[in-house]
Amino acid sequence: MQPSLLEMRSITKTFPGVKALDNVTLKVAEGEIHAICGENGAGKSTLMKVLSGVYPAGSYDGEIHYDGALAQFKNISDSESKGIIIIHQELALVPLLSIAENLFLGNERAHGGVINWPQTYRSTEELLKKVGLRDAPTTPVEKLGVGKQQLVEIAKALAKDVRLLILDEPTAALSESDSQALLDLMLELKAQGVTQIIISHKLNEVRRVADTVTVIRDGQTVSSFGTQDGITEDRIVRDMVGRSLENRYPARERRAGDMLLEVDNWSVFHEEHRDRQVIKNVAFNVRAGEVVGIAGLMGAGRTELAMSIFGKSWGHNITGNVKMHGKSVDTSNVSRAIAAGLAYVTEDRKELGLILDETILKNVTLSNLDEVSRTGVIDENAERTVADRYRNDLNIRTPDVFQKVGNLSGGNQQKVVLSKWLFAAPEVLILDEPTRGIDVGAKFEIYTIINELSAAGKGVVVISSELPELIGLSDRIYVMNEGAFVGELDASDASQERIMSLIVTE
Amino acid sequence: MSMAQQENHGVEPKGIRAYLTAHLREYGLLFALIAIMVFFQIVTGGTLLRPVNLNNLILQNSYIIIMALGMLIVIVSGNIDLSVGSVMGFIGALAAVMVVEMDFSMTMTIAVCVVVGGVIGAAQGYWVAYWKIPSFIVTLAGMLVFRGLSLWLLDGQSVGPFPREFQQISTGFVDDFLPGGPVIAEMLGARFFNMLAFVAGIVAALYVVWSGLRARARHKAYGIEDEPMGFFIARIGIIALALLFIMYKLATYRGLPNVMITMAVLTIIYAFITEKTTLGRRVYALGGNEKASKLSGIKTERLTFFAFVNMGVLAAIAGLVFAARLNTATPKAGFALELDVIAAVFIGGASMSGGVGKIVGAVTGAFLMGVLNNGMSLLGIGIDYQQMIKGLVLLAAVIFDVYNKQKG
Repeated sequence: MQPSLLEMRSITKTFPGVKALDNVTLKVAEGEIHAICGENGAGKSTLMKVLSGVYPAGSYDGEIHYDGALAQFKNISDSESKGIIIIHQELALVPLLSIAENLFLGNERAHGGVINWPQTYRSTEELLKKVGLRDAPTTPVEKLGVGKQQLVEIAKALAKDVRLLILDEPTAALSESDSQALLDLMLELKAQGVTQIIISHKLNEVRRVADTVTVIRDGQTVSSFGTQDGITEDRIVRDMVGRSLENRYPARERRAGDMLLEVDNWSVFHEEHRDRQVIKNVAFNVRAGEVVGIAGLMGAGRTELAMSIFGKSWGHNITGNVKMHGKSVDTSNVSRAIAAGLAYVTEDRKELGLILDETILKNVTLSNLDEVSRTGVIDENAERTVADRYRNDLNIRTPDVFQKVGNLSGGNQQKVVLSKWLFAAPEVLILDEPTRGIDVGAKFEIYTIINELSAAGKGVVVISSELPELIGLSDRIYVMNEGAFVGELDASDASQERIMSLIVTE
Repeated sequence: MSMAQQENHGVEPKGIRAYLTAHLREYGLLFALIAIMVFFQIVTGGTLLRPVNLNNLILQNSYIIIMALGMLIVIVSGNIDLSVGSVMGFIGALAAVMVVEMDFSMTMTIAVCVVVGGVIGAAQGYWVAYWKIPSFIVTLAGMLVFRGLSLWLLDGQSVGPFPREFQQISTGFVDDFLPGGPVIAEMLGARFFNMLAFVAGIVAALYVVWSGLRARARHKAYGIEDEPMGFFIARIGIIALALLFIMYKLATYRGLPNVMITMAVLTIIYAFITEKTTLGRRVYALGGNEKASKLSGIKTERLTFFAFVNMGVLAAIAGLVFAARLNTATPKAGFALELDVIAAVFIGGASMSGGVGKIVGAVTGAFLMGVLNNGMSLLGIGIDYQQMIKGLVLLAAVIFDVYNKQKG
């Protein structure tokens, strides 16, 4: 066993009324990759904020020993100067600045305030080579995909002589192949001696890269073990949720009924680059009671497909035919699409799904206000009844429906978005990444809701980057690649390998 | 911040102090207004609350309040309108030219002015809503254009005076059709006593108490944490007594100013629209998150467009009131007034980023600025200090907001 680079001993951090961390212990050995697992709200991010000095020394109890000495960081730059660098889930890059400018932001290669550009570009090239990025240092960051931006963040950390790199959900927004590349990079950095902490929900990734796993639940360390010890994913899950999840997907019966939604010949061009065709002659259908999955890599055009169907909310020069119950329907704007019986639950609930500053109540009724009003005047009793009903039905965990949505956890927020669309009483729901960024327990609840919807005769389309989820949920799976459908599989003979091979071979 | 903490966030510990901290903003505004009134009442030796001055206060602030109603909606929708001062001046000029120089009837003039106001709003709202041009730019342009148009229309001169009938819009009083006035006047030893004003005061005060009790009962039924009884009584009591007091004072002067009725009716209508209707709800949603609102089937463009049309109409009404009060239209009318209107809305608790703000807040904010103006003028404080103090009050109010939000 290597000596510890970092030891956090009995860390306790309280906020008014809540104990966010309760006697947490974390030991990270020099040169290892250490994974921290836990549900949302378990206290992982708080722990990292304590470590990096966002919560300064003195605002918590316990001790941090770093590199053999007691560390008392007063702020982030304090911890960064010691080589502790966090890469957050939401990337902190300036989109309009170039890669080189971003890499040395606040850390410029300069003399007396004047930037030495040749040196900047030279160092940038070296760093980019280390992370395996071949773009020119002058490329504006906004031109890069999320995967590459993530690499820029890592290069930025390397520019600061990182010793302990902390990655918070680094692959949450990445496609399968980008994720793999990132994990490879992590292993390579490890070989170069960079100690790393990864916070992740994705247990297969944890198993792939981590040497040690620490599980945190409800602000307490539950367990810590090496991954060589033959630890199963089930064991980690059990520690995370405090109970055993026998089945990650609720059992479902197939009950495809009458044809509901048919989309034919659907073509869409890019909103900004108007000569680029993003969706190419796509056709698919959904029957009553059916759950249909759409698989594909990030950038395959799945979200664009869904949003263009739903009220032409994305894209340009949209052509094709949408039928409900065999009859053509007008979905040219969102209210018509809703009237036609469609609902689209966005992948980006914070930006596109919710009004974070408003209450649960006001979010839930938003897409169907007329239902709870008479001649334009809102009936507060009716509205309240509706919101309470969904809070109970979907098990949204809050004291009441007057809580601000922004204060809820990811899982509960997702349930609010779902409530909003269930209240609009659609016949077909398109769910875009319905379990992104929510914890294992809440995922199961969302799956159960999807099952109940299909049992009630709704058609459900699920877009997801997590193949096991798609296979576990769907009756049929369409495979999408570069804007076109490249295959259709029955769930009974779908496997991750078959889906991936369809994507790769086309 | 951990999720566990966030989830717990909405649950306030019970108790008066906790309640006060959570609602500091609402009480703060009300108490600031009261404190400022008491302060000026004392230092002006009682002039502030004399009937004549109360009447003045209402007249002086009427057009700002009328515009603040529209501005609140524009700001809640996530936009801003810098042109209202100019538009108000332009409409005043238009009215003057129509009535004084061209002998149009008053009804005709009012109708044309209101329609022109709406058209001006539509012309600006069109670019903001459908072309996504930032409202700051569009209305900054509008501010210059309509300032220029007023100059052109008036040919750089002042036009007036208005016929008496027109002046009544602002300076007229509602006829006292209730009996008993003279008797009470005699009892009080006053020259007049306007029964209508006094009865209106009683009715308004009773309404405040009744609606307060009703809201409280409803909150109880819903199980929403409600304000402590003491606070409720204090708040409702102060508002009701203040209404009674003001109306009593007005009764001993000349009764209810016409413009006060206009103002009160508009305030009630807009408070109702913003708080109780689907239209109002959608405006808040639009300002809170435009993309999410659009994806929820809300016609965000149309809503933005009508927010500006509405603003134009209210600026036109304000223009008529202003011109009638001054009894003349000048090219400088309404100069920099948009800033007072916007300040009132922000002091009233609206958020620059949209989605937050209340009609009652905006009206209170406008009165707060109005009392400051009036009080400082009574004291003979120079315009130089007045401007500085008003600026600092605005800054303090917004800092207070932001501080509260960060802490809360």
